[in-house]
Amino acid sequence: MNNVFDVSNLDLYYADVQALKNVNIGIAEKEISALIGPSGCGKSTFLRVLNRMNDLIETCSITGEVLFNGVNIYENIDVTLLRKKVGMVFQKPNPFPMSVYDNIAFGPRTHGIKKKGQLDEIVEKSLKAAAMWDEVKDRLRKSALSLSGGQQQRVCIARALAVEPQVLLMDEPTSALDPISTSKIEDLMLELKEKYTIVIVTHNMQQAARISQKTAFFLLGEIIEFASTDDIFSLPKDKRTEDYITGRFG
Amino acid sequence: MKRTSINQISLNSRIKTYLRNPFSLLMLLAVTLAVLITVVVLVYIVGYILVKGVPYLTPSLFEFVYTSTNVSLFPSIITTLFMVAISLVIAAPIGIFCAIYLVEYAKRGNRFVKYVRITTETLSGIPSIVYGLFGLLFFVMALNMGTSIIAGCLTLSIMILPLIIRTTEEALKSVPDTFREGSYGLGATRLRTVFMVILPSAVPGILAGIILSIGRIVGETAALIYTAGTIAQIPTSLGDSARTLSIHMYSLSRESLHTSEAYATAVVLLIVVLIINFFANVIANKFKRGKL
Repeated sequence: MNNVFDVSNLDLYYADVQALKNVNIGIAEKEISALIGPSGCGKSTFLRVLNRMNDLIETCSITGEVLFNGVNIYENIDVTLLRKKVGMVFQKPNPFPMSVYDNIAFGPRTHGIKKKGQLDEIVEKSLKAAAMWDEVKDRLRKSALSLSGGQQQRVCIARALAVEPQVLLMDEPTSALDPISTSKIEDLMLELKEKYTIVIVTHNMQQAARISQKTAFFLLGEIIEFASTDDIFSLPKDKRTEDYITGRFG
Repeated sequence: MKRTSINQISLNSRIKTYLRNPFSLLMLLAVTLAVLITVVVLVYIVGYILVKGVPYLTPSLFEFVYTSTNVSLFPSIITTLFMVAISLVIAAPIGIFCAIYLVEYAKRGNRFVKYVRITTETLSGIPSIVYGLFGLLFFVMALNMGTSIIAGCLTLSIMILPLIIRTTEEALKSVPDTFREGSYGLGATRLRTVFMVILPSAVPGILAGIILSIGRIVGETAALIYTAGTIAQIPTSLGDSARTLSIHMYSLSRESLHTSEAYATAVVLLIVVLIINFFANVIANKFKRGKL
């Protein structure tokens, strides 16, 4: 299978603090790759390398190579186009303070789609893909903030899908949600992986085991182990991975 | 089954609680007293003005032409509305854009931003008569505008600029970063993020600043006497000298011939401010509910 991302020799610093050390990883197409590890180990930071969200942090500096479909994303590429292809869902549901419809249409409008018919179609398609259509089809014009937390997060997923990305980055997308919303979103991810490549950061090891095909274990800014999820959870090669997944630290 | 509510605490037990905690009682008395003083002073002032002013609110006060026998305040109402509109048209865009630069464009913790902030804070603390003097020397004399509405409006614009910048800055800062991330994450540019996501959420705060500015413009006298003059007729051009309601009131009470009319002007001033605030609130609420 093809790799969507190929990261080699990646170092990342926040001012003088090194947050990522010599990261090498390939993210395969149409799979769910989970990033696990204790808090502060750099997994969210790494996720944000992939769509250059770290650009927003002024003290951040990066060395190494990050190839997206074979193209180095830190060399002369259009960041807006990169972020269109590499969508992101955040830890806390962050719908904009506007209607559900406008939330979903925000991305397509950003990228130049103006026709109402076309937007209607995209909104419906995206909400259906996020398993939200039946719940909100009668209140598309209501504020997205009036929805429950789990619904808001699925609106955010629909919003990310509306620009037809190739990859979805998810930064602990269920950590602020109740178990039922969590399982809905997990089911959704399993459906989405048929069409999209998903990279998910999670603190919940059962979640990683349930949904992902590959798992990377981060510790103190390094990837300790990266292998198929089955192997990581049944036959971890590294002692530290074993300690972490069996709950001995972290 | 009969319901007995357990949250209805009897007066007796409340008194007992307070007696057991004398400091709570003291605090209760202090805050109640503070509210009473505020309300009494406010009601007294408004009542005094109404009692003194309403009887003199005759139709002749609303005639188009001011004469020395009939001190009509209608021209001053027109001038006040003009002044508010023109000053805001000049100051609001500059102030809001300046705040957008400070919050969204400048690097956080930049030294230049610090200097701009200190400057605006200092400017907002300067007494308005200093602005008046500056307006007189710069706009009226150096730029040869004469005492005119435009000189007055420019002076007022400089005066309210710090206020608009500060309030807009606070409003922008209170927009959570998660909105910015969400917007950038969809590939939106900074321009689009600022105008489509951040500014709409900051509108209530910005409007609050505009309302405060309107209050300062309507209430200003010192800065305007030097720059806009005190001619009491309806202005026909921006180069005309004219007086706002506050200056009208000041002039009337200074001449001591028309004290009652001055009170009547105060009533009108009060009503104008109330109306402006009411509409500003309506607009702010519409924005909050995302209806606009």
